[in-house]
Amino acid sequence: MVTSWRPSHLKLRRSRPLPPRQEPAMPAPQCASCRKARAALRRPRSGQALCGTCFCAAFEAEVLHTVVAGRLLPPGAVVAVGASGGKDSTVLAHVLRELAPRLAISLHLVAVDEGIGGYRDAALAAVRRQAARWELPLTVVAYAELFGGWTMDAVARSTAGSGRSRSCCTFCGVLRRRALEEGARRVGATHVVTGHNADDMAETVLMNFLRGDAGRLARGGGLGSPGEGGALPRCRPLQLASQKEVVLYAHFRRLDYFSEECVYAPEAFRGHARELLKLLEAARPSAVLDLVHSAERLALAPAARPPPPGACSRCGALASRALCQACALLDGLNRGRPRLAIGKGRRGLDEEGSPREPQPSGPPASEPIPGF
Amino acid sequence: MLWQVLEGLSRDSAKRLRFVPGVVYADEGAACGQSPEDRAETVAEAKLVLQSVGFPWHIVALEEVFSLPPSVLRCSAREPVGTEGAYKAAVDSFLQQQHALGEGQQSLPCPPRPPIRAGPPTAGQTEALSTLFSSVETLTAKEELLQTLRTHLILHVARTHGYSKVMMGDSCTRLAIKLMTSLALGRGAFLAWDTGFSDERHGDVVVVRPMREHTLKEVAFYNRLFAVPSVFTPAVDTKAPEKASIHRLMEAFILRLQAQFPSTVSTVYRTSEKLVKAPRDGCAAGTPGPRCLLCMCVLDVDTADSATAFGAQTSSQLPQTQPPVAQAEAPVSCCCTRMGGARHCCRTEEDPRARVIEQLCYGCRVNMKDLPSLDPLPPYILAEAQLRSQRAEAEQIQEYLLEDREDEDARPGES
Repeated sequence: MVTSWRPSHLKLRRSRPLPPRQEPAMPAPQCASCRKARAALRRPRSGQALCGTCFCAAFEAEVLHTVVAGRLLPPGAVVAVGASGGKDSTVLAHVLRELAPRLAISLHLVAVDEGIGGYRDAALAAVRRQAARWELPLTVVAYAELFGGWTMDAVARSTAGSGRSRSCCTFCGVLRRRALEEGARRVGATHVVTGHNADDMAETVLMNFLRGDAGRLARGGGLGSPGEGGALPRCRPLQLASQKEVVLYAHFRRLDYFSEECVYAPEAFRGHARELLKLLEAARPSAVLDLVHSAERLALAPAARPPPPGACSRCGALASRALCQACALLDGLNRGRPRLAIGKGRRGLDEEGSPREPQPSGPPASEPIPGF
Repeated sequence: MLWQVLEGLSRDSAKRLRFVPGVVYADEGAACGQSPEDRAETVAEAKLVLQSVGFPWHIVALEEVFSLPPSVLRCSAREPVGTEGAYKAAVDSFLQQQHALGEGQQSLPCPPRPPIRAGPPTAGQTEALSTLFSSVETLTAKEELLQTLRTHLILHVARTHGYSKVMMGDSCTRLAIKLMTSLALGRGAFLAWDTGFSDERHGDVVVVRPMREHTLKEVAFYNRLFAVPSVFTPAVDTKAPEKASIHRLMEAFILRLQAQFPSTVSTVYRTSEKLVKAPRDGCAAGTPGPRCLLCMCVLDVDTADSATAFGAQTSSQLPQTQPPVAQAEAPVSCCCTRMGGARHCCRTEEDPRARVIEQLCYGCRVNMKDLPSLDPLPPYILAEAQLRSQRAEAEQIQEYLLEDREDEDARPGES
């Protein structure tokens, strides 16, 4: 019995600018930083009133600080931006493009085509428009091409009807991670960035706790991974920005992005974590920040930590076991037993199946290859 | 839990427990806004239960926090733990004592104290307590404050009467909820202490949670089958709407999820077993730093690699429109940016609130934000805060005096 979870946040249609707000009875306050223009928004976290330009400048300054302080992207890096056409990756690409001269990095857009009909094609069209407008090279990698003809729709059909949920999100997450890496290699990139924001990190922590995933809990919390074995270093420059600010930035810079949700998203477990996060934020606005703080400081027993990764025997990629998760999943699909590699060796039982949901805005997952 | 202890100590059980128990009941009616008559009624009911159990019992009212000494907040050294031989000798002497008392006795010998019942709290104290709780703006902060005060009170009772351990009756379900709540409150670093089996933060008194493997359902069945009497008393969050506080939210969420995925609570519990009581690798380790004033955990507000310190910093760098936010965040940012001269710059702020806030861990700081003024807090907290900051300043001056002995003009706190 599948309980469908519907997101409760407002869904925008294609990025039409918001309707003009009614003028409030009293005059809007001055921008707190330039003190010249009228304030156009209040920052969600601190409540400061800022005008559009100052807010965008502050946002970009914060991302710059994140990158510089964490030494995430050294000068001369060739950066592959995971672009899905959604708000997070659009904002990420835009901000990095603005900061590229200062950081001395060059950008490539890498888009992943999972083969989800009616959803991904429209998103890819948005990515193509962005690439054209910003004059950035774009590479599209498709599942069908990389993984022997398996598209997400085919995977969903194959896993349908088995157990509580389809868990096609698990496949999508792992395979997309692999596809992104492959695309990055094709363009000769040295670093991979994705658009995960603070809300995503908070949801991930909640989800991992609820699912008892000690391995991922031990791994997560940092600002990305330095890249072990042959994997490229990954990072998430937007990690400290809250989702609301990302949306506000996209609005003020009039960015064109694709905001529909993946058709398989309602079945994902992440939906519960997302719903919980929304409630927590309503009760205490700093909840997202507190969760990120907690996540950074979790201390797990050494036995719970994942073993140091080796190489997959089939494709040579980073793996904690003999076969990397992508190969294991594909193996299961090809043998007609799709749940072979899902969930700690248990097959078809009700409580397993950790669907990893493609974000509604769809930045490719940058979680490390899970070591089940 | 009490019933289980009773059973464990009885002559018939296969494995007899070997300790001397007492029972503490904390009356929190004032914090919950109960009328004096209701409180008296609840206390009378509790007294009945306690008397029937037969152990030495203590009923303390939460108002007594106003007369606690600051030593409650200090972590005293534990008594030196003996070797194997010493343990056996101790058990032997205990058994001999028991034997010497004769067979027919119910009550346990040492320390022999009559049940102590302090006089009813004064109206002034009750009023002070309700002022404190009504000044807190959010229910979340209220619940946290209540928990903190209750812990301190119970600790104090345990210390004065010579108990070395405190047993709390948290069940598996409650601990799972507590774990997730602590996570959401920013106490990720201390989960092992908050929800683990034993909690030795306070030094000589150890808090243990023996019921942590029993779910609420099991406890309810046990109580029903064995006709265990219980007393119902309203709590701070009774009848509050579901979204009122993080604790309520998390409880409702977990119970709802449990209905859908029956393994949720046990999964969260198992994860909590994997947590260790150590700073995360890569964090500023080494000698344990200063402890939080309220929860007595090692402070977890790092400077360099903390995403959240950065978040607080940037929001305070731009000019603030809201002074209370600046109050709470400015000390964090200046302490974060300059480790050495931090206390100096905070001292020049002449702000007692900043002095207290800088001695708190991240979770307690976030709670304190919901307290507009620190004055209604019980005096022992403020006194201890004062003492610690004075001691810290004295240490700083001491440093300089040693170095620049000949230099008459040496001034402390130069950065």
